[in-house]
Amino acid sequence: MKYLCLVYGEEAKIAAMDDAECMSCVEGLLESGHFIAGEALQPVETATTLRIRNDKTTFTDGPFAETKEQLAGFYLLEARDLNEALDKAAKIPPARVGSIEVRPIRQLQPA
Amino acid sequence: MAKIQNSRDVSLAKATAQVHQQIEALYRCESRRVFATLLRLLGDFQLADEALQDAFTAALKQWPLDGVPANPRAWLVSTGRFKAIDGLRRQSRFVQGIDELADQLEVDTPDFVAYADEDIEDDRLRLIFTCCHPALAEESRVALTLREICGLSTEEIASAFLSRPTTIAQRIVRAKAKIRDARIPYQIPSAAELPERINAVLQVLYLMFNEGYSASSGANITRADVSAEAIRLAELLLNLNRDSSADTEIAGLLALMLLQESRRAARTDAQDELVLMADQDRRLWNSEYIDKGVALVRRALKDGRFGPYSIQAAIAAIHAESTSAETTDWHEIVGLYDVLLRLNTSPVIALNRAVALGMRDGPAVGASAVDEIYEAGDLADYHLLHAARADFKRQLGQYQPAFAAYKEALGYARQMPEIRFLEKRIAEMQAKLTK
Repeated sequence: MKYLCLVYGEEAKIAAMDDAECMSCVEGLLESGHFIAGEALQPVETATTLRIRNDKTTFTDGPFAETKEQLAGFYLLEARDLNEALDKAAKIPPARVGSIEVRPIRQLQPA
Repeated sequence: MAKIQNSRDVSLAKATAQVHQQIEALYRCESRRVFATLLRLLGDFQLADEALQDAFTAALKQWPLDGVPANPRAWLVSTGRFKAIDGLRRQSRFVQGIDELADQLEVDTPDFVAYADEDIEDDRLRLIFTCCHPALAEESRVALTLREICGLSTEEIASAFLSRPTTIAQRIVRAKAKIRDARIPYQIPSAAELPERINAVLQVLYLMFNEGYSASSGANITRADVSAEAIRLAELLLNLNRDSSADTEIAGLLALMLLQESRRAARTDAQDELVLMADQDRRLWNSEYIDKGVALVRRALKDGRFGPYSIQAAIAAIHAESTSAETTDWHEIVGLYDVLLRLNTSPVIALNRAVALGMRDGPAVGASAVDEIYEAGDLADYHLLHAARADFKRQLGQYQPAFAAYKEALGYARQMPEIRFLEKRIAEMQAKLTK
């Protein structure tokens, strides 16, 4: 089963972390076969949000929601069940300064 | 009902009624165990629920004709599993993919004959740890445990937690959906995970015990079966892993429940009226439970890693070993409450300490300690706070304030025996005042 681990936190705190730590976390997850994909994101100032209403597309500068904690990156993991996913998510370094939201992936079921 | 024509039919009808009674009893005490095993075999709450109902329906039809099987539980599990797979096969004509699921279930799950009783107990543990999983909201854990493990109805759970049945039903539905969609596993945690997972379970068990020991509303104060379940589940947990550091508090909680349970028979009189501990006939206390409880307390306290449950059990053990309220070691009890308050600053513990203080130093000291909590505004809607205040004031001969406080207590009390007790006291105060 696939789980998406969304990394949230205050950008300054997450930026202060050493990238090497995150890279070794990814290596560990690759080695154990749990890692499918994952990336760190540029800060929210670089975000553009897009919406289509009444066939009209609008763009806004900035993230979807202005909050203190921002989406900073993600890990897509393969895990047996939620226990294993939570166990792996606890190893993501920003868990110590921010939070990790673990969400099961839903299979699309076209009618 | 068809007209009974001869004596053979009469005896057949009698036998059928007898078997139906047996099945009813079996449903009451075994259905949750059967459900736990079906859940492991089928891996889905709804499927297991339907299988359970189908199995009992089949028993009602077949047992009066074929006789009750030697191992009814195994029969019910096997029949439930068969009916579930059969049901999936019939659905497969309409829904794609279901056939494979049925095949998989048939291959994956072993035949029922192999089930030992230990497997069944393990299934209960699996269900407990699933229902008390930390990824579920706390109020959902309690609701789910009472519903799925104890078999309480949503109405019963709602009345215990002062909630509406629809709210409880929603919580349960949401929790089950999360278990299914986020794939919360149906398993006993490893030794490494256990200490972290056990606290959530202990909390649920104690809530369960209290629900059974002093159901918060309704006609009877006690619901022995729910309490007995909580005790049994705690015993199961304790047997799970003797090396775990979590064991001390499991033992503490088990001791606490046993010692409280030991007083059950003395808590009400023949008219179902409430009897306070000071007035209880201590010969009615269950000495087997007391011995077990006291031994567990000793074990927990010796360990040094004890927590709030062990200390509360130690207090209960002092009561259990005293021959009367007067000869109880109130110094020791106040001291234990002090330790407890350092671990856990709860106004309910402060209230219990105030009552013990009153027993140690007299009603005037007790009254001022309880007044302090009252004036702080804590527990304003807790009937026992007002009842304790009233009682100290009554002992001091202050009948007017006692009368007012008993009235206030009555406004918040929800159990019939407690309500009758308070009404009796109010009448006594009235009599004193009109004299």
